[in-house]
Order: sequence, then structure tokens, then C-alpha cells
Amino acid sequence: MIPNLLDKVWIVPALMASSFLIILFFGKRVGTRATAGIGIVAVSLALVFSVCVAGQWINRVNNPPTGAKLAADVVAANGLTPQTGPNIIGEIKATTTESGETITSGTEAMASSESGAMSEMSAAEMATMEPSASESGAVTTAEHAATTEGEHASGEHESVPPIVRTTTWFTVAGINFEVGTLLDGLAAMMLITVCIISLLVHIYSTEYLHGDIRFTHYYAFLSLFTASMLFYVLSSNTLQMLVGWELVGVCSFGLIGHWWEEKKNTDAALKAFLTNRVGDMGLIVGVTITFFAAGATSFNVLHINEYALAGHANTTLLLVGALCLFGGVTSKSGQFPLHTWLPDAMAGPTPVSALIHAATMVVAGVYLIARLYGVFFTGLGIGSSSLHYVAFIGGFTTIIGGLLAFVQTDLKKVLAYSTISQLGYMVMALGVGAWTAGVFHLFTHAFFKACLFLGAGSVSHACHHTFDMREMGGLRKKMPITHATFLVATLALAGIFPLAGFWSKDEILAGANAGQQNAYTLMLVFGLITAFLTAAYMGRAYWMTFWGEYRGHAHPHESPKVITVPLVILAVCAVLFGFTNFPTNFFGLHLPGGVTTRFEHYIEPTFAFPPLQHAEFTPWLAVVSTILAAGGLFLAYQYYEKNRGPHGLTQRSRVARAGYTFLENKYYLDVLYTDIIAADTKGPLARAAYWFNMNVLDGVVNGLGTGARRIAGFVYRDIDQLVLDGIVNGSGSVSEKSGQVLRHVQTGRVQQYAAILFAGAVVLAGVFVFVI
Amino acid sequence: MKDFLNSWGLSLAVFLPLIGALIMLLIPKAREGAHKVIALATSLVVGLLGVLLLTNFDYDKSGTLQFVVDKSWIPLINSRYIVGMDGISLPMIALTLLVVPLCIIYSWNHFPEPRNPKAFLILILILETGMIGSFIAQDLILFFVFFEVVLLPMYFLIGVWGGEKRQYASLKFFLYTLFGSALMIVSFLALYFLSDKVDVGGVMMHTFDMRQLPALATGISTGAALWIFGGMFMGFGIKVPMFPFHTWLPDAHTQAPTVGSVILAAVLLKLGTYGFIRIAIPILPHAAEKWAPFIGVLAVIGIIYGALCCLAQTDMKRLIAFSSVSHMGFVMLAIASLTSFGMSAAIFGMVAHGLITGMLFFVAGSTKERFHTLDIARLGGMLKQMPHMGWILGFSVMASLGLPGLAGFWGEFPAILSAYNPGGGLNVAFFRVLMVIAALGTVLAAAYLLWLYQRVGFGVPKAEFEDDPHIHDVSFTEWLAWTPMLVLILVLGVYPNLIFKVTDGAVGNIVSALSGHGG
Repeated sequence: MIPNLLDKVWIVPALMASSFLIILFFGKRVGTRATAGIGIVAVSLALVFSVCVAGQWINRVNNPPTGAKLAADVVAANGLTPQTGPNIIGEIKATTTESGETITSGTEAMASSESGAMSEMSAAEMATMEPSASESGAVTTAEHAATTEGEHASGEHESVPPIVRTTTWFTVAGINFEVGTLLDGLAAMMLITVCIISLLVHIYSTEYLHGDIRFTHYYAFLSLFTASMLFYVLSSNTLQMLVGWELVGVCSFGLIGHWWEEKKNTDAALKAFLTNRVGDMGLIVGVTITFFAAGATSFNVLHINEYALAGHANTTLLLVGALCLFGGVTSKSGQFPLHTWLPDAMAGPTPVSALIHAATMVVAGVYLIARLYGVFFTGLGIGSSSLHYVAFIGGFTTIIGGLLAFVQTDLKKVLAYSTISQLGYMVMALGVGAWTAGVFHLFTHAFFKACLFLGAGSVSHACHHTFDMREMGGLRKKMPITHATFLVATLALAGIFPLAGFWSKDEILAGANAGQQNAYTLMLVFGLITAFLTAAYMGRAYWMTFWGEYRGHAHPHESPKVITVPLVILAVCAVLFGFTNFPTNFFGLHLPGGVTTRFEHYIEPTFAFPPLQHAEFTPWLAVVSTILAAGGLFLAYQYYEKNRGPHGLTQRSRVARAGYTFLENKYYLDVLYTDIIAADTKGPLARAAYWFNMNVLDGVVNGLGTGARRIAGFVYRDIDQLVLDGIVNGSGSVSEKSGQVLRHVQTGRVQQYAAILFAGAVVLAGVFVFVI
Repeated sequence: MKDFLNSWGLSLAVFLPLIGALIMLLIPKAREGAHKVIALATSLVVGLLGVLLLTNFDYDKSGTLQFVVDKSWIPLINSRYIVGMDGISLPMIALTLLVVPLCIIYSWNHFPEPRNPKAFLILILILETGMIGSFIAQDLILFFVFFEVVLLPMYFLIGVWGGEKRQYASLKFFLYTLFGSALMIVSFLALYFLSDKVDVGGVMMHTFDMRQLPALATGISTGAALWIFGGMFMGFGIKVPMFPFHTWLPDAHTQAPTVGSVILAAVLLKLGTYGFIRIAIPILPHAAEKWAPFIGVLAVIGIIYGALCCLAQTDMKRLIAFSSVSHMGFVMLAIASLTSFGMSAAIFGMVAHGLITGMLFFVAGSTKERFHTLDIARLGGMLKQMPHMGWILGFSVMASLGLPGLAGFWGEFPAILSAYNPGGGLNVAFFRVLMVIAALGTVLAAAYLLWLYQRVGFGVPKAEFEDDPHIHDVSFTEWLAWTPMLVLILVLGVYPNLIFKVTDGAVGNIVSALSGHGG
């Protein structure tokens, strides 16, 4: 029997953190094999642990807690201090029977207006509750939870509070700020995803970075990254999330700049970090706003979500807060217009691109929305208002990214823009209220995109480290395994039945179609266009790389097992993981309830979470999107493999050429950011500030110094000497020309100045005291 | 033990360095080894004493002054020798006690021209007395004396051991600060004369006692209070330094010897912010409320302006100096928010800035020693040529730009947080605007620091230094001096409660007198 691990998940990031420290301090000494071994062992342990945790979570959802245990979990989840915990739980025991009944007898009536009013009231009390958590407050919390239970019990499944374990981090202004873990289905899913891909990347890298000058450094950062990412997804509060968020950012910086001898790479690293900093500014302000909005007592995620979902929440504050938080999402998850760093980030080693810049770190923004969904839901009025900011940006990004993928000749850049596009998909899904669809896509995308990146790495490994598709071609015979896995992942990304991407993409489209009020038609159009674009550019990349004649100068060969086995595993994931959320009604196929929509059942929160409608599987959409995807692949095949279609259009048509140039220059955003904003800030603006400093501010200071000397000279020369001796002393040594004076002053004069200043001070003091 | 510390602990901590300096005076200049040993031993003994004080400090009562000594000093004006330590001064004292021995260790083989370890070390010990004295003095005149004691040794450190323009820089530093001090002492005197009298052995007299003045100064008219606060603002603001009174700082920093820069950045600047927290705001809370928006604006201008000036620098040390202007802006913004949250953030920011910028100056000094230049354009490839030094610079740069998990973050983020909901009846909307601009400063900070690192740390060494035999990685004494600071930057970043726990109980006293004091 495995002990309860749900409240011990801190071990997972801790494992990776210790791996980082060991590699950092002993990596050089133990050699490369041992270094990689340490990392691999640590991730493997973390993966095993995560799988156990996920199993226990599934078990918990199947057998939800009741009674005293439920109440205790609710108290913990709301971030009440452990010190006050026990006696509160004692108090709660009295009310637990009641709670238990509410759950079991959760009728339709309970879920209606009455319970709504109750939850509103109790939440109001909660918000005004003192940080010390008065007993009544805690009981109210339990009641509130029970009420929420009632609502959900009438819905699809019962409420299962996340497991929250915290300890005091620091105390300021009498408020205890906590650090801890929050484990629910979403977090467990992320643990598994991060650990699987991290493990495969660790293994893959042993070969890919074999003989690299900074092998140890690379593995150290890989471990640190994994630790930070796990820390981030397990965060129980937004402050902690901010910490994890920045730490993954710095690892990304370090790994993009892995080969820092070349300026190109460090430029990319700087660009990534600074673009993210711009978004982080929004995140910092957003975290601040949500903290104060929710009563300025706690950063606890569930507390903030509960506040946001309570009827009395200040929607204006939440709107501003959500928009600011979205600023962070925009940069981290590569949304328009802050996506520009992500393609440049491909300067890092390819396994890093797979792990960090495709599968895990870049979804941190998506995860943020999913985690703080209450804030976004209420703040942006998802499903109720006409403000579709998140959905629109997401949808727009899918198109923007998809179009750019067409004009890339670098295989990794195609994949990078594809990532941007797919991240847009996820954000759009969350924006239209299709929470599960967005998170599900995050999950499936991680595997097939990692597979594609690692596949690209395998190709480049064989082709003299080039990613230029113009120097590839015909590799399918030379690299059969790489080819097969790449093909599977391409089809999955294109959304071809029955691969993973089909299911998740389709759910997003269904979600946009159902919308919360059918108000998201535009997003549906975006989604369908992107379905076509995705298939087409992936087809282009696939045919250019693997078909036709080999155009390069290397002697391509299949990569060793260390590289192909991870590819195969990921390809298998890309095939299978779509079935985790098999629809309840698939073209009339009704599978038993224990098999369908498992992902939704276990992952979607039931606690401090808005009431969402779940879009049903929509047959016509599935058909249309599949036709579009197949059409995209077919056109790409015709154009790039069969060489049919309007080739040379860009030479003939001015419009086409203009469009191509526009895309080639990436919508001129880089020009705007790098050449206009950044260059002007560090050029003219900085110089102007410094000129002001040297000439105006310092000019005044020097001028005062000179003036004082002049006056002193005057006093001495014209008054002192004149009066006492009657001789005009024209000694010029005292008064000198302006500007240069202070530099020539002898240090011995300090005492004179001090004396003058003190005399002045005493006079002033007298004036001060007697005048006032 | 406890009794001994209660009556002698703080006084010994202040005056032991002076005793050490006196002993060194009697030893001939030629015996450099003896001087080094005595100076280091003195600073270590003081440090040990500090550890004793820290362990005997009652952390549950960090709001009350402890180890208080109250003795007659100048009866004529009722100025007394009052010293004590509470949760506000404790972190600053700890920082001072840490930095001084590290500076001495660093100097061991690094004495700048014209060497003369005897004079150099004596000055540092005198500095230590002045710094500790300022942080424990509870009488305005006593505070003023220590505040001024700091000035002279630093003046000589810059003026004698400094760079090419040392005379200009040192004189500017001296006069500028003295100018502020003059206004400050005027304010102190005004405060003395205008506040209510106390009973001293049957005679009613005015007092300089900082513990009593908050209650005694309530009768001062609003207008007078504003002027008095203004005088103190000048005195402390120049020291911080606040925009637009900062221009002495880049010159002083650039010209000062490495150790001078480190002490200047780590401790001396904090005398200004400490003065606001300890003296100006508690004694004249209502004047502080009137001044706070103005201070907030200057703080935020300082953040942005300092950052922009950093971007324009071509000299590594000057860049770090300007970054101080920017970082101290965050501290001042936190103070201007007039919340206990802000005060805690400010104190944390002071310690963090002290450690991080101190570290950056150390690295800059060691770079200068090896390359004989700090011209950024000529440097490059530090990671390649001196991997450890490159990593240390990278670590410090990351800490300085406020990376969470390292100390800098806990000065910056809480400062921004505190500006969201200012206390003292301040205009909330106004401070939120300041908050957003300050947040923009974090972007610029990342820009100038990473840009510096890209040019200095990354890349390949320039041809002129490629085969230079003088360029070696971190030396033993450097490791010895730096490790404690690096470790502290990390430890405080991971567990900020080490400082927040101490300050939290104490800052409440500062804001308690403000109208509608906020959290």
C-alpha cells in the first residue's frame, strides 16, 4: 500500500532541485555520463512519484471525501493557517453532518436561487474575514463549500477539493504569506506531462549534446528548469506562481544562450528575457490587483478564485486584474503581439526547444489562465459579456502564427510558429469558456509537438546540424523511424482522426461553436481557418524534409536508439492520449460512462470554479475540420511534392509579393520592437537622460560650487582685504573660469567650506526658530 | 551575559573599531601584516559581538528598543547618550557588521594605490564606528555626530585611494552631503526648540530624545512641521540619493576604491533611507503625509531616470552606480507608501541592495584589477576567460534585476505591492499610477543589466586581453570575501522571513501615528 502522497507532492520539485545542486557542485567532477545519469534518475523518480500521485488523485475523485475529512480539506484549501487549523476542524465537526447531507441530497432545488444567495452571503463574510481566521469564518467557509457541493452535485460530478498543504513563508504587516502545494487534477496532469517530456529530453540529450563543451551546464539547467516548472504548477498561491514563472524564464534564458560565444544566440536569449519582462510587468501588477481585490489577506489561488466567483466581486478590478495577468500570458505563451521572442528562442539546443519552448514553459501562461479561471471568467465576463479579449487574442494568434509558418525555411522555425499558433488555440479555448478543451489541447499538444521538435533534432543530427529544409529532402528512406514518428506527430498536429490532435482540436471548435451564448462565431472561424493552415504548413514541412531528392551535402543516416526511442514513445502518446477524453456520443457511438470524457472528469476542477456548460461532440464540425485538414495536407502535397499549383506567384503578382514580404518580415513587429522601441530607449532616450544628468543637474551643482567660490572670493578680495588693508588684492588664483573650478580645488579647502556651511546653518537655524 | 550585553553590548560594538584604530595608530606604518591582522581581528570581534547581540535579541519584542543605554552626555542642551536596537536597526547593523570584515578580507592583497594599509584600514574602522553608531543612536545630536563621522573617512578613501578624478569626486561627495547635513541639523534644532519640554530632574527642558519626540512634536504647527520635514528630507534624500540630488553618487562610486564603493553602496546610502524610517516619519507623521506624494514622484522618476542613465553608460562601474539610483527609488517608493508593508519592504530592499550592489562593485573592482579598464566595449567573454567570475557576475546581475528566489525580488515586488494601497490618507489613484511606472522600471532594470552581461560576460575575450597572463579566475581572498554575500543573497531570496520576521513587529510603530494607518 502506497502512503498518501497527495500532500507530499513537494517532493517532486525537491527531487529535481537536488539533482540541480548535485550536478552544479559535482557535475564537472563525476563526468558527463554520471551527470546525465543523475538527471535521468531524478526525473525518473519524479515521474514515478507523479504517476502515483495521479493515481491517487483519480482514486480521490472516484471516492470523494465526505464529512470531517472534507471539511478539513476545505479549510486547508482556503489557505487558513495551520496553527488555527486543528481547532477550526474541531469546530467544524459539529457542522459536518450537515455538509454531508448537503452533498448526498444535493437536489436541483438546492442548486437554484437559494443556494446562490447562500454562497454569495458566505463569500461576503469570507472576504471580510480577518486573516487570523475567526472560527465563525472557517465554519462559513465549510458551509460555503458545502453549498458549492450542492450545486455541483446536481451537475456532472461531485465536488472534490484540491489537496492544499502550506507553511508560512514570511510575515509582513501581520499577514502570513504562505508557500505550499496545491494538488488537483490539473496540477497532476501537468506533473505527468512535464516529467514524461523532461525524462525523454534528458535521455535524448545524452546523444544530442554528446561532446558539447557545456554538457554539465546544460544538464544542470535542465534539472533546474524542471524543478522550477514543477514548482510553478504546484503553487498554492499567485506569489509563488510568480516566483516559478520567473525561474523558468531564467532557465530559458540560460538555455537559449547555451552557446553564448555567438552574439546571435545571446541576442535571442536577451530578447526572450526582455520580452517576457514586459509581460511580467503585467503579471506583477495583476497579482497585486487580485491580491487586494480579494481582501488583501492572501495570495491563495483558491481564495482569489472564490472571491472572483462570489456575486459581490468588484468586476472592474477583476477586469483590470485579468487584463494585466493576461499581459504575462501574452509574453510567456507567445500571444500576439509579444510572440516575437519564441521563434528566436530556437537558437538554443533542440531538446530545449522541445521541452521548454514547445511543451512546458510556454504553456505556463495557458496554465495561469486555467488556474485563475475564476478571475478571468468574471473579469472578462466569459460567456456573458461582449468583451472577448482573451478569446480574440488567442484566435488572432492562431492565424498570425500559422501564416508565418509558411514562409520559414528553417524546420525549427516552422515548428516554433506552429507552437505560437497552437498556444493561441489553447488561449482561445479558455477565452470562450471551453476550459477542458483548452487544457486538453495543452496536454495532447505537448506530446506531439515535443515529438516534432525532437524529430527535427534527429534530422539535423543526421544532416550536419542544419535545420534548413532546402538542404533536406528524401530523408524518409534514410531515417525510417524518425520519418514515421514525424509523420504521426504531423498528422496529430494537423488534427487527423483518430490521433490526439483531432480530439482536442475538435473540442475547442465545438466549444467555440457552442460558446456560452453562441457569441463566439468569429473564434470558430479563426479555429477552422487555422485547422486548414496547420495541416498545410505541416504538410509543406513534411514533404520538403522527407520526400523528393536529398538536396544537402551530408550523408544522412538514422539516429541511434537513444534518439529514436524517445521519438517512438512520444509518437505513441500522440496516438493514444486523444482517447483520454473520448466523447460521450461519437457519431452515435455511446461507450460506457467509465470510459468517455475521463480527462474532463478527473482534470476539471470542481472547487472554486465557474459553472461551465460543456459542449457536446459536434459531428458536422468534426467532419468539416477533418475535410479542411485533409485539404490542407492535400494542397501541400500537390504544391510541394507534385510541384503543381501557382509556383512563382510571388514573382508575378505584386500583391502576392507584398504579402510574402510582409510575412517574411514577420509583420514588421521585430522592426518595431528592436529597431524602434529598444533602439530608441537605449539610444536617444538614454543619452538624453544622461545628457540632462551631466549638463543640467550636474551643471547646477557645479554652478553652485563655482558661485560659492566666486562669492567667497568677492568677500575675501573686495571686502575683507579692502576694508582691512585698503589694498585691492587682485589675486586671480581664487576666481577661475567656470566649469573647471571644482576639479582644481585643493583638498585643504574643505575645512573652509565646512566652516562656511556651518555658519550658514546656524544662521538659518536661528531664522527658522524665531520666524516660524 | 545578558546583563553585560544590556549595558555594554552596543557601546562596545560602536567603539571597539575605534580602539582597534587607536592601536594601529601606535604601530609603525611598515608593519603591514600587523595592521591587517589587527583590523581584521577588530572587525571580527565586533562581528562576534554582533552575533551575540543578535542571538540575545528578543524577536518577539522587535518593536521595542533593546540593549538600551541612556546616560547623560551634554546636560546643557539635554542631549543624552542613548543607544538601542530594535527590529528596524537590527538588519542594518547586521549588514554593517558583515560587510566591514568582508571588505577587509577583500583588501588583503588588493590595496589600491598608494597602498598604505595602515591609513586605509584605520579609516575603514572609523567608518564602521560611524555606521554602527548611526544605526543605534536614539538621540538626534548623537545621531548627527555619527552621521557626520561617516563622512570624513569616506572622503579620504575616495580622495586618496580613488581613480583619476578622485579629488573632484571626493569634494563633491563631501560638500553635497555636508550641505544636506546642514539643513538636517537645522531641522533637528528647530524640532528641539519647537517641541514640548520634558521634566529633567525637576527642570523643564527640551530634548533630542528620539524615543520621546514623536509624542512631544505633536504640538508643532503644520507649517513649521512641513519645513522641518523638508530640511530632513534634504539631509536624508541627498544621502539616499534621491533624484535630483543624486549626481554626487556616480562620481563618488566611479572614483572610489572598490572597498569604498562597496561600503558606500552597502551601508552609507542606507543611512538616508534609515533616517526617513527612524526619524522623519515617526516624529512628523503628518508632515510625512504631505510630503509623501512628492517623495513618491521623485522615487519613481529616480527608478526610470536611473535606469535610462544606466543604458547610456560605457563604464561598468558607473553603470552599477546609476543602478543604485534606480534601486533606491524602489526603497523610497515603499517608504512613501506610508504603510507598514512598505516599511518592511523598504528595509528588505535596503539589505538586498546592500548585498547585491556591494557584490556587483566587488566584481567590478576585481575586473578593473585584472583588465585595468572597465570600459564595457573592451571587455567581453568573462565566462570564457574567468568562468567563476562570470557566473558570480551573472548571479549578481540576476539578483539585481529582481529575480524571484534571490534577495532583490523581496525589495522590489513588495514595494510595488505597497504602492497599490498607500496609507496615511494618501491619494490611492495617484500611487497606483506610480506603481505601474515603477513596474516599468523592472523591465528597464532587466534591460540594462542583461545588456551589460551580454557585453561583459558572454561572447569571446577581446584580442587585447586574450592571452593576458594577469587575468586569472576568482582568487582565494575573493572567494572568502564573496561567499557570505552570495549565500545570503540566495538565502534571503528563498526565505525572506529572516528579515521580515524582524522588521514586522517594529514597523508598526512608524505608521501607527499616521491618519487611518494602513496595512
